Amino acid sequence: MRPGSLSAACAALLRRDLLLAWRRRGDIALPVLYALIVATLFPFALGPDPALLASVASGVVLVTVLLSMLLAFDALFRPDLEDGSLEQLMLAPQPLALMLGMKILAHWLSTALPLIIIAPVLASMLHLPGHANAVLVLALLVATPLLSLLGSVLVALTAGTRRSGMLLALMLLPLCVPVVIFAAGAVSAAQLSLPWIAPIAWLGAALALLLVLAPLACAAALRIAIDA
Amino acid sequence: MAAFWHMGGYAPYVWSAYAVFFVVLLADYLAPVFRRRRVLRELHARMQRQKSRDARKAALHATPPDSETDRTSTSPSP
Amino acid sequence: MKWIPHWMHELSSPPTFYRFATVMRPWFLVLALVTTAIGLYGGLVMAPADYQQGDVFRIIYIHVPSAEMSLFVYGVMAVAGFIAVVWRIKLAESVAMQSAPVGAAFTFITLVTGSIWGEPTWGTWWTWDARLTSELVLLFLYLGVIGLFHAFEDRRQGARAASFLVLVGVINLPIVHYSVQWWNTLHQGTTVRLFGPSRIEADMLWPLLVMMLATKFYWAASLCGRVRTDLLSLESGKHWVRDLAQKEGH
Repeated sequence: MRPGSLSAACAALLRRDLLLAWRRRGDIALPVLYALIVATLFPFALGPDPALLASVASGVVLVTVLLSMLLAFDALFRPDLEDGSLEQLMLAPQPLALMLGMKILAHWLSTALPLIIIAPVLASMLHLPGHANAVLVLALLVATPLLSLLGSVLVALTAGTRRSGMLLALMLLPLCVPVVIFAAGAVSAAQLSLPWIAPIAWLGAALALLLVLAPLACAAALRIAIDA
Repeated sequence: MAAFWHMGGYAPYVWSAYAVFFVVLLADYLAPVFRRRRVLRELHARMQRQKSRDARKAALHATPPDSETDRTSTSPSP
Repeated sequence: MKWIPHWMHELSSPPTFYRFATVMRPWFLVLALVTTAIGLYGGLVMAPADYQQGDVFRIIYIHVPSAEMSLFVYGVMAVAGFIAVVWRIKLAESVAMQSAPVGAAFTFITLVTGSIWGEPTWGTWWTWDARLTSELVLLFLYLGVIGLFHAFEDRRQGARAASFLVLVGVINLPIVHYSVQWWNTLHQGTTVRLFGPSRIEADMLWPLLVMMLATKFYWAASLCGRVRTDLLSLESGKHWVRDLAQKEGH
């Protein structure tokens, strides 16, 4: 990898963001703890009946993961915006979309991956049958990058504004409805031993499309929001 | 006439729906009216403040009459 | 840009649009009121009661036009938003942002009147079928656009950011609709038949078309009022606004 080449720039940015996330390791634990607590609240609210919990398990796990990711989105751009490195990135000769793609990847690795790892734990607390766990992890592996990519575009739009947390939720959640429908649908189907591959395939297709389009949209959104 | 208001027994449904329609659109129509009045009022106030500020500035820059005549009288003759 | 007709170019100048909107607003309102009177007379008095639903079907004369307007206004918002993001024309920014509250109002009316209509006919105030759910998501989109616009201190930047959100939503709304349709088939929910007879009789239909026209006139009147006020506020430092304020003497 020649220094100064595009791949070197991508690797450097990825390494920087992962290193910064590692230095704030405690922050990685927060979405995980939040997800655990929220998932624990549901049995308290609904009662401990295993049949009832099993019927809502797939939906609860998915919504819990979505809300945890929503909380973590602020950390995508705000630290870099505050110390000026985001503007430096926007001025850099490398294509902004690709650089933002690396940032989104680093963010997904540090926030979504821990959630995917504990998702089976959440699911078993809610009595999801064991054989559905594999599909759950697969569904999350496809759905969480989709959420990261969609969310990054909207976080970019709210980058400079105050009170962006609630506003981001209002903007993002309606757009996530298809992702929630397909991912939870796949897990529910697996739970009932019905074919589950179709919704996963749809999610995969959407992911392929957004992998290309979302960083471009994110770059455009960032230019609108930050270019004063 | 009574049959019209009665709406085949569905009167509460039909008339509450129509009420929602007219009330919401009335509120929507009036909102810019109030906003426009407020904008013009604030603008007028701002213009007043600017006018009084300019008047005070002009009064400050206008030098008193005696010193001016002194200066002109001591100006060197061509 | 030479392909824009001259009158369009003229009209996009704020003072010219302000004068145009001030003149046209009362006329659009008059047209709206007249067509509403005709349409509602046709719908509430002349049209016969539905053989299945009785008189409650008459909610259709405000529900369907509102539903159509909620989508129409979103379309207008998307076009204006696109022009605002790409060409940064002030009038486009204003039209896009001021359309959002009107569209949200129509969406709200659609949801509430639909809910009121659903209670006696389907036995429930709410059901998760594709159309209602998409309409609810549409309301959230409108509120998100309004919220995002107001979160910015610089109004022009806020208008561009919110317009970008509108464009993202345009792509997403059909996706939401179809995914909810699929989701309903998956869960084999209650099959709701939204309207008894599939072919609507002529004397029930024409008042509906008149009401659709009436709501368009109303929208034009509302937009004229909102955009001209917004232009006043946006251009408040300029001479034409100050001259106007002097003349009005508020």
